[in-house]
Amino acid sequence: MLHFPPLPENTRLFLRDTGEMSRFIGRFFVEGLRPRFEVAEFIHQCFAIGYKSLPLIGLTAFIIGLVLTMQLHPTMVYYGIEAQIPAMVGIAIIREIGPILTALIFAGKIGSSIGAELGSMKVTEQIDAMEVSGTNPFKYLVVTRTFAAMITLPFLVVIADAISLYGSYLGVNIYENLSFHLFYEKILDYLFFMDILPAFIKTFFFGFAVGIIGCFKGYYSNKGTEGVGRSANSAVVVSSVAIFILDLIAVQITDLL
Amino acid sequence: MKKQTDSDVAVIRIQNLCKSFGTNKVLDHFNLELHQGESLVVLGRSGSGKSVLIKCIIGLIEPDQGSVEVLGQNVLDLDHVGLDKMRTQVGFLFQSNALYDSMTVRENLEFPLRRHSINLSQEEVNKLVMEALDSVGLEHTVDLMPAELSGGMRKRIALARTLILKPAIILYDEPTTGLDAITSLEIIALMKSINERYHTSSIIITHDMKCVKLAADRVAILIDGKCYAEGTYDTLRQSTDEKIHPFFQ
Repeated sequence: MLHFPPLPENTRLFLRDTGEMSRFIGRFFVEGLRPRFEVAEFIHQCFAIGYKSLPLIGLTAFIIGLVLTMQLHPTMVYYGIEAQIPAMVGIAIIREIGPILTALIFAGKIGSSIGAELGSMKVTEQIDAMEVSGTNPFKYLVVTRTFAAMITLPFLVVIADAISLYGSYLGVNIYENLSFHLFYEKILDYLFFMDILPAFIKTFFFGFAVGIIGCFKGYYSNKGTEGVGRSANSAVVVSSVAIFILDLIAVQITDLL
Repeated sequence: MKKQTDSDVAVIRIQNLCKSFGTNKVLDHFNLELHQGESLVVLGRSGSGKSVLIKCIIGLIEPDQGSVEVLGQNVLDLDHVGLDKMRTQVGFLFQSNALYDSMTVRENLEFPLRRHSINLSQEEVNKLVMEALDSVGLEHTVDLMPAELSGGMRKRIALARTLILKPAIILYDEPTTGLDAITSLEIIALMKSINERYHTSSIIITHDMKCVKLAADRVAILIDGKCYAEGTYDTLRQSTDEKIHPFFQ
């Protein structure tokens, strides 16, 4: 009989968490596709997760578009290609900066909020109370929040992209006089459908990652208030890492297409 | 003199209940019965498994072995629908009250009503909410958030939420923990008046001896995962058993 040496503690915990996370995702699909659907709570979460994130995401997107253009301008002028700034910024924002930055801000704001909310509900027995009240807490809390994150993030990214490009337009106009129409025409000259579609599709996966990881960390929170803080923190860290990994995979797939 | 129970009909029957967490055996062939109209206190030290016991009764924790019969149905045999139906007849007052922070008092009370009885009109729901709040004397808090209430008020609201479905049995998990002496007495009095008014049977989990003395028709002592002794407060208080005596000192 073969005897394997015991795994290091960290590896064992990592494998256990991965297994539990996989089971949690599996349960999400089983529960999510089976009636009864918590439509009212889903709409409420879309508002809480999506609409309420808009000011922060909009402001950040605007500043990024403006600053990116202002930082690029001297170098582009040096090489005499400042006319390409709209196209360069447009492609960078739509293909990469818009989705990844919005998703990271979303992870920071929503991932931590979901982790802390569910964690707090767990330690104060609100999840048990929900079950006793004839409600499936997994459906009511996890499925609605994850679907809401998955649906709202792509729309937030589209809005963030538009605001960011407007910031870039203002950035260009600090140095030279360029009409709004011409600015967008220059972007559209270099932007193709295959730049937009993969960038849009991957944001659904980013939203899913933020939602499900936030819920997982909160749902299995323990050790009182300390555990709630830890859940919120690890929800942000893990979902941020997941976003980068998913982005890397998305880039590889896009390159193959 | 203690109140006589309505009958000897067991509304809850627990037989050979076992539950372990890892190597920690919390319940070890635990046996107990709750009779109709009775107020039974389960007494035990912190961490002795009292909360695990009532969570097994309501189906929140699955025991490893044994059976839990509630109103003639074995909880372990029930599916989701059956469990939901059973839970409409069994109220549960959580130790931490478990009021939903993001909802007003009204929404907290409406929640179990809407989930269990989706066919009620808004008018009927409002009436039931106000009736439940009236029974705990807190009608004026209907539009407040739980964070705006004191500890005692939160406990009363939690009790109103438990009552709203008019359960036949109420399970109280440490109802006086964290409350001052006067508020504790108020809650105990409220529990007794609810038992009388709604003819409920109840299991009270506690280690508060004042609560045991005032609320119990019968006391069961949980030691080492077993129902070590049961009887009235006065009988057990006179016990010279070295494991029972310390509770009554």
